[in-house]
Formats: sequence, structure tokens, C-alpha cells
Amino acid sequence: MAEKEKTYVEDVDRSLYDFRNEDKDNYRLQAGLDPAIVEKISEEKKDPEWMRQFRMESLEIYNRMGVPDWGPSIDGLDMDHIVTYVRPNTRMSAKWSEVPEEIKDTFEKLGIPQAERESLAGVGAQYDSELVYHNVREEVAAQGVIYTDLESAIRGEHGDRYAQMIRDHFMHLVTPRDHKFAALHGAVWSGGSFVYVPPGVSVEIPLQSYFRLNAPGAGQFEHTLILVDEGASLHFIEGCSAPKYNVANLHAGCVELFVGKNAKLRYSTIENWSKNMYNLNTKRATVAEGGTMEWVSGSFGSHVSYLYPMTILRGENSHMEFTGITFAGRGQNLDTGAKVVHAGKNTTSYINTKSISKDGGISTFRSSVVIGEQAKHSKAAVSCQSLMLDEVSRSDTIPAMDIRTPYADVGHEAKIGRISDDAVFYLMSRGISEEDARAMIVSGFADNVSKELPLEYAVEMNNLIQLEMKGSIG
Amino acid sequence: MSEPILEVDRLTVRVEDKEILHGIDLAVRAGETHVLMGPNGAGKSTLGYVLMGNPKYQVESGTIWFQGKDVTQEPTDKRAREGMFLSFQEPLEVPGLSLEGFLKNAVRQKNGGKLRVFEFRKELRRDMETLQLDDSYGERSLNVGFSGGEKKKSEILQLMMLKPALAILDETDSGLDVDAVRLVSEGVKEYQRTQEGALLIITHSTRILEALHVDYTHVMVDGRIVATGDGSLVDQINENGYESFLEMTSRGQEV
Repeated sequence: MAEKEKTYVEDVDRSLYDFRNEDKDNYRLQAGLDPAIVEKISEEKKDPEWMRQFRMESLEIYNRMGVPDWGPSIDGLDMDHIVTYVRPNTRMSAKWSEVPEEIKDTFEKLGIPQAERESLAGVGAQYDSELVYHNVREEVAAQGVIYTDLESAIRGEHGDRYAQMIRDHFMHLVTPRDHKFAALHGAVWSGGSFVYVPPGVSVEIPLQSYFRLNAPGAGQFEHTLILVDEGASLHFIEGCSAPKYNVANLHAGCVELFVGKNAKLRYSTIENWSKNMYNLNTKRATVAEGGTMEWVSGSFGSHVSYLYPMTILRGENSHMEFTGITFAGRGQNLDTGAKVVHAGKNTTSYINTKSISKDGGISTFRSSVVIGEQAKHSKAAVSCQSLMLDEVSRSDTIPAMDIRTPYADVGHEAKIGRISDDAVFYLMSRGISEEDARAMIVSGFADNVSKELPLEYAVEMNNLIQLEMKGSIG
Repeated sequence: MSEPILEVDRLTVRVEDKEILHGIDLAVRAGETHVLMGPNGAGKSTLGYVLMGNPKYQVESGTIWFQGKDVTQEPTDKRAREGMFLSFQEPLEVPGLSLEGFLKNAVRQKNGGKLRVFEFRKELRRDMETLQLDDSYGERSLNVGFSGGEKKKSEILQLMMLKPALAILDETDSGLDVDAVRLVSEGVKEYQRTQEGALLIITHSTRILEALHVDYTHVMVDGRIVATGDGSLVDQINENGYESFLEMTSRGQEV
């Protein structure tokens, strides 16, 4: 039989996500960043005074801090050319019919309103810097659940109680001093969601926010703030996508999650940015006594990602689970992972990740487990599996552990592998094409993550894998 | 006599720099059961892989005709869709790919992209029952955590569902207990009965053959077929082993 030749694909067909609308925003700030621009955003948003000050302080911190020097290069990101605020030509609506055709079309293509009709308790849709749609089912609202855009809640439009709640929590978990892009976020954040679930309330069906960045050369800086009160439970889903442009786009969102006593929160994300995106996203959760935090995270798109959702197990007997998958293709350097801090006694954590790299893609998994001196009888387990699809791709694992008590049970396992030729031959001997056989093996590898995702996201993830695997052999 | 389903013509095969099959000739017709026997390392499994098109092996010369067509250079998946099947001696494990999902996909591919889900399910349940494989195995990852016997049952299940024109069974009975051999034979008999299928059974023991009618027996030694006879040759080997055939190769004689 002839020697097999390997071919490399320039880029996969992402036309499903790559459609882009003409950039007809009616309002866009000039590129770059200075106090005048931040003032302008604040004014545009009718911020209360404390928020205006917060933005200005964050800007100062941003200017003082250096870019991270320990991860993938972000030299291609020139802040002087990133537009921090792009307002779509519309105001937020709770009626789908009032959303402008073109934007509606975008979300229809991504399946958002359909998903709402079928299986969601509430939906928010953000287009560039602003939410264009937000709605929550009546019966959920009747339980006292608040799900709205952050801005109106800050301005007190849903009551002073929630305005104060936001003031007490906003960027307290991820402070602007955390890193340069957290500071940037603090200065120019726009859009995102605020969720409050009252004590004892179980939201049976998920809430979902979808973020779409359409404008070229722009940044998206949405802020998600979720508080799940004592004994309550919630599943929140976040989806992200953007069409591809030849200029760098930036996503520096921030997610802060507060899980109350005996409460439970599951946060599922599929980040499917286009491959010109710098995804520098910060997510953090704090969990009170007996609470549970579950993360399900899929990272597909973007040129460079820095993403390490962190959980602080503050209360005794609190628990967290992180299930994640990262798929790095040609030209992608995805640095992802998870962090956990065990502060309370008898706390448990389980980090389970898979990464796939192909066509020269680089996938780095970083984990950090800290068990404090007082967190006696805590248990932490980290499991990381990587699959490299060819000789030119790269996969690294960088686990860090800092255990300060002898009374802890810590485990770590890492496995790096390739697709076995024998397995491909086996599947092909049943009539499956080589391309499909490889895709099946990769999908199987990712199966434990897709199982954790809501159905339509699992389908989307499998489609993405099929898409990425198409034409990956010659 | 009908045209053979499989005709192997002076097939010479190399792996890396070593020639391991030296001019194999073989013809299998519809409804026939052929047995390929021989000591370990004779090249029996290699022949199975080469027929199925494993890219690890290079065909130096000779031709594989399948249903009247030269398939020597055809990729594995195409041969499979045209009706060739190989039951593996050591079936591979694929985590995360369910047995049922995989079979559904394979059957769909074979039927040109179409699948009647209801009938597929019904048939799958029935075949699993024949093999005494619990329903839950459909949901499990393909061969992952299956015992040796379960893996072989999974192979025969795939055979029954895919209904090939030619099935090559590579050491399907090795490592199985008596009951498992009986069930696997049931499955193979079912295939013979319903499909008029051709069978090439590669084995170095004879247990699976007790329940099956054998038309031809071939003995392979050192990459050559050194003897061909009817079913009675199996009994002869049972009694005397391969000794006499080993001598044959050294003298380069045919029976």
C-alpha cells in the first residue's frame, strides 16, 4: 500500500459560527483606553457614583500592572486598537419580536430562542457590549428569582436590596488587583447578567446567557454575578461565539459566583470564539458550608486563552467538581485548567480534564490545588488526560499543589496519548471512514464532558469536534 | 460452480523488510465454510489483516479479488462496506463510544446512509439475546471492560448486524469457556443460515468447528498454504498435529 501522506488544514470550516453581520452599531467609542473613554462608558451606562469611581480606580490599576509573562504570548493584542465599547443599534427588550431582525437572525442561527422555548427557565442574549434580550419565565420569577442585566440592577431598577447586594459583591471575589485584565474589566465592563436565587428555591430548569461578539477589533467585557442563597440550587449555562476577523478581538469577561450554605450551583460553558480572539477570562466561585459548586467547561475557539476557573471552598464540608475539555487546533495556544483552595474542614474537590491538540495546536493544562492548614481531612483529586492527534501538536501538563496540613488526601494522575492506528483500523473494518473513525475516537475521549452538558450543548460540542476533525487526515 | 466471493491470487506480503506471506492462493464461494489452520506464527492472522486492508502490511505482488473486483489497493472501510468483515482476535477498546451507537453508525454507513431505527433496535436486542449479552452492553463503551468472552460475543454481534458477504473469523474461539464457544458458534451458524455467507475461519484449535459444517480446510505453515482438504483434514490434525505438514514445507511439497 502506498505510503500515507499527511496534510495539514489551513483552517476548518466554521461557517456555522462565522457568519458576520455588517457592523452597524450606532455607537462605538474610539479604540484605545484613557480616562475619557472610561468616563464615557460610565456616562453611557448611567452608573451610580460608586461604580464610576470603581471604573476609574480600576483603570489606574490597569495602567500600573504588567501583562502576564508566564503563559502564551499576547503580543498580538494591542490595546490601542481594541474598541472597548460597542453599543448595538437597539435597547434591551424582554420581547423577542422587538429585537432587530439582523441580531435576531444571529441568535436564531445559533439556536438561542429555540433553546429557550424548549428547555430554559430564562435567557439573556448579549450582542457586542450590550444585552439585547433578557427574559425569564413567570413561574421562576414568581419564586423570587432575579435574572436580569447587571446595569439595571445596579441602578436600583429591581429594588435597592439588589443594588446593595451587587455593591457588596461586585469584584470582591475577583478584584481589579488580581491581574491586568481583571483591572481592565473593572474599568470597561459592560453587559452580563445578575442572578439571585432566594433561600430554599430550586430552579429546576437552567438559565442561560449567550454572548456574541460581532464587531471587529472590539472587546467584550461582560460581567456575570450569581448569588445562590442558603439551600437553593441553580444551573446556569453560558455560551459564547464570534465570527472570524483578521484583526484581534478581546474577550475579558468576569464571572463571580457565590454559593451559599448547603446551596448548589452548576455552571456550564462552551466557549467557541473565533480564532482571532484573545480570551482572557476570569471565573471564580466561593462556596459556603455544605455547598456544592460544579463547573463544566468546554474551550474550543480563540487564538489564545487563559482560563482557570477557581473555587474557594470556604465553608466546612463544601465540595467542588470541575469537568473540562480543551481542543486546540492550528494557530491556537489554549492555556486552561482549574484552581481550588480548600479553606474549610472536610472539603472535597475533583478536577477532571481532557485536552486535545492537532495541527500544531498547543494545549496546556494548569491546575492549582491549595489545602490550607485549617482544612483538615480534605480530599483533592486531579485527573488530566491529553490526546495529541499528530506529531506537530503539543500538550503540556503543569500541576501545582500546596498542601499545608498532613491530614489531607491528595491524588493526581496525568496521561498523554495518541490515537492508536489499530483502533482506527478496527473501526474502519466495520465500514467507517478513516476521518469518521478518528472523529469517533476523539468524541469518545470527550464523552465524559459531553455527558455533563445540557443536550443542545453536547450536540454543539460534538459538532465542533466533527468540524475540527474534518479534513484532518490526508 | 458459482464465481468465488473471494479469490486470492499469488499474494505476497511484506511487513517492513520481511516477507511473511509467500504466494497465497485461495478461493471462497458463497455459502462455503473454509478453515485456515496452522501452528502459531504461520501467518494466518496476517492473511486476515491483509484481506481486510490493514495498512501495516504491504502487498508486494498478487491480487485480492472480492466479488469479482480487484480490491488489493482499496481502503479498509470500502472493503467493509462492500461486504467484507473481520472478527478480531483482540478487539480494540474505544472509550466513550457506545457499542450500540457504533453499530448504528456502521449499519447506516453500510446501507448508504439510511437506518430504520426501530428495526435496528429490534434486531440488536434479538441478536444480543442469541449471544446472551445483557441489554446494558449496548450502552457500554465499545469493548471497554469486556471480558475475553464478551469481546468475542461483541465481534459476533457485529457480524450478525452487518451481514457481510464474507466473514473472516480470527481465533474467535481462543480463550473462551465451553459455554461461550457454544454461544459464539450459535451466532456464526445464524449468520451462515440467514446470509448464505461465506466464512473463513482462522484457528489453531478446533473447538469452534465442532458445531459447524466445514467444506474446506487449509493448512498454513511459514507463510504458505501447504495442504488443502475437506472437513476430515481437521480430524487428522486433531490426531497428529502439524508435524507432517512441517516436514512438507521443508521439502517444499504440496499434498
